[in-house]
Amino acid sequence: MIELIIQYPVLAALLAMVGLSLVFGAVLGFAAVKFKVEGDPIVEQIDSLLPQTQCGQCGHPGCKPYAEGIANGEAINKCPPGGQTTINAIADLLDVEAPTLDEEHGEEKDLPTVAYIREDECIGCTKCIQACPMDAILGAAKQMHTVIIDECTGCDLCVEPCPVDCIDMLPLESTLGEWKWSLPPRSETLALNIIASDRKAHSEASA
Amino acid sequence: MRKVWDIHGGVHPPENKQQSMQQALASLPLAPELVLPLNQHIGKPAIAIVAEGDTVLKGQLIAKADGPISANIHAPTSGTVSGIEDRTLPHPSGGSGPCIVISSDGKDTWAELDACENYQTLDHNTLLEKIRSAGIAGMGGAGFPAAIKLNPRGNLKIDTLILNGTECEPYITADDTLMQTRAQEVVAGAQILAQLLGNPKSILIGIEDNKPEAIRSISKALSEVENNPIEVVSFPTKYPSGGEKQLIQILTGREVPAGKLPADVGVVCQNVGSTVAAYRAVRFGEPLISRITTVVGEALEIQRNIEVPIGTPIGYILEQHGFTAANVSRLIMGGPMMGFALNTADVPVIKTTNCILAPSRAEMPAPPPAQACIRCGMCAEACPASLLPQQLFWYSMAEDLDKLEAHNIADCIECGACSYVCPSNIPLVQFYRASKGAMKQHAIDKEKSDRSRARFEFRQQRIEKAEVEKEAKRAARKVAAEAAKAKLAAKQASEGDSPKTDDTADVVAAAIAKAKTQDISPEVQLAKLERALSSASSRLDRTLARAEEAEGEKKDAILARVKDAELKVSDAKNKLAEFQARENG
Repeated sequence: MIELIIQYPVLAALLAMVGLSLVFGAVLGFAAVKFKVEGDPIVEQIDSLLPQTQCGQCGHPGCKPYAEGIANGEAINKCPPGGQTTINAIADLLDVEAPTLDEEHGEEKDLPTVAYIREDECIGCTKCIQACPMDAILGAAKQMHTVIIDECTGCDLCVEPCPVDCIDMLPLESTLGEWKWSLPPRSETLALNIIASDRKAHSEASA
Repeated sequence: MRKVWDIHGGVHPPENKQQSMQQALASLPLAPELVLPLNQHIGKPAIAIVAEGDTVLKGQLIAKADGPISANIHAPTSGTVSGIEDRTLPHPSGGSGPCIVISSDGKDTWAELDACENYQTLDHNTLLEKIRSAGIAGMGGAGFPAAIKLNPRGNLKIDTLILNGTECEPYITADDTLMQTRAQEVVAGAQILAQLLGNPKSILIGIEDNKPEAIRSISKALSEVENNPIEVVSFPTKYPSGGEKQLIQILTGREVPAGKLPADVGVVCQNVGSTVAAYRAVRFGEPLISRITTVVGEALEIQRNIEVPIGTPIGYILEQHGFTAANVSRLIMGGPMMGFALNTADVPVIKTTNCILAPSRAEMPAPPPAQACIRCGMCAEACPASLLPQQLFWYSMAEDLDKLEAHNIADCIECGACSYVCPSNIPLVQFYRASKGAMKQHAIDKEKSDRSRARFEFRQQRIEKAEVEKEAKRAARKVAAEAAKAKLAAKQASEGDSPKTDDTADVVAAAIAKAKTQDISPEVQLAKLERALSSASSRLDRTLARAEEAEGEKKDAILARVKDAELKVSDAKNKLAEFQARENG
């Protein structure tokens, strides 16, 4: 064996390399099968940041397809319900600069809204029930419909199909239990340099 | 002398406790109108069980607890319910909420109470029920329903009961007054709570050493008790020793882990005020309808402690104490460290109101503007929860919720020691409160969006499934139709063959078939088929017209219908042609 290697060093080296590549190839192939990642994790991560209103304002039929779109390089500023917070979060995740919301797709609402059906005007056509992506509208043909407030995401999709225009989007009433403190107003000195030794930031800001 | 431990951090603000201790505990003439918010405690609001115009007696139940984490509300005096309406609440938001308003009749007539002299013989559940139905909510300021804490989960062994008489916040002397004037009731209450918790090994009453009078009177009351298991523990004054977790650490050396309850380390802690309320509930059947409140501040002529019915408007109380609105810098409910400013005096005293503070401008000037952080680290030294206030501050400014969580902002007790020591006057605790609120909101939003996603996905699945089922049905119908056609063809074929065979059965069948065809004349059949054809084609035209109008998803549905109509037309045509061929042939 050793004699053979000494006799044909080039051939032996070649054989060794081939052997090694076969072994590693097998290991990698096995790992690829064994530890296969189902789906695209980045899509899942983006999807978890989107507000799940399924409103379609981004031009996709739901939040997941938009998440897939973003993963494929689409702009991240097409989600009005999520607003700037969502854009910032996605920009953070993808490590890109956060753009402002694309007004073409709608404006960010100040308050969350929910659909409200004026029940005595409802004719029971079920059109809004079919349109609701959340199954949040309850009712049957020729029976009055009503919105399950807790499930409504305020996507607006039920407003357009209503033949008698009896659906309003009303701001969600907030209770005292949901009240929270707001951040204190930032005084100028505090806004310019959080830390007193932030000389650079200070000079930049004042320049 | 029992060993006491020290807590990390803490501050020593000016105590300012002597102002309200110059006069004895007093009471006020009854206010003409009492306002009782339905939510004076932590948890769900109570449900009103009286209606406008009802006559109520003092101590009568007027709102029932909604579920276990809620508390009953009773009428603090006799009178009529003049309304159940939204009033401004004593809440930092300055918002309003549902309240029961009682116009007092001035008679203060008690409802019949369920007094019990030999309460020592009562069993656990009866005792607990008495305390629960009295609507006692933590009177130190947090307002957590007392009965829940007194009934810890079955697997937890409670070995220490702590009565919190610390009252570490400046200005407040309500608990101090209570312990001086009602020491016997505190002790009797402690015995009841101990009985409820299965007589824990140690029963401690924790009092800071700046209240020697209270310590003396409690000790005296204890010396009158036979086989006394209760111990008064005094420890050095420091803010915030009165925080539940801090007091437990001072008295037992045990630290309550993050996210856990005192019961998890074998301790139950109750405020002395709640203890007295529990005693009165059990012994006399009296619900919680009044409390001791400190009324203090330089904008008042009289500064003292008063026993006041819950629901008394603060404006009325101030009026009785010589309040000068021009002098006050801001009106505060609670102490100067953890209290909140009231926008209006038109709010009532609730179960958790331990102090009404009306400081003058000189006494409590407006906070100077915040400066930049100089990284001195004094906040970290002062933090009783051993957190890193600087880091929390920066992450709060950046609204970085993940980082805040990683730095355990949830363990912040919002005591304000960090803001107090900050040489740059940064309102640190305000940032933490806001960030905690934002985190709570974020968690709620996250839960909602997860649920929305699940619902949406479920809907997609359901629609897909329905589509597949429809498709399967369509296919099944097609197969059935073809089978029927084949059968018909076979039958027709056999009809054609029948005359050739001698089989009698076939002859009979042929005869019947013949008779049937003879029943309907060819003209009638022709007319029928023509009618079918014309109706099918007109239907096709109609659907086509509609298809042009329709858009989007609907278009697909209508196009399917068009195809259906086309099929019907061709079917009718085929039948007609077949018939004509047969007739002619």
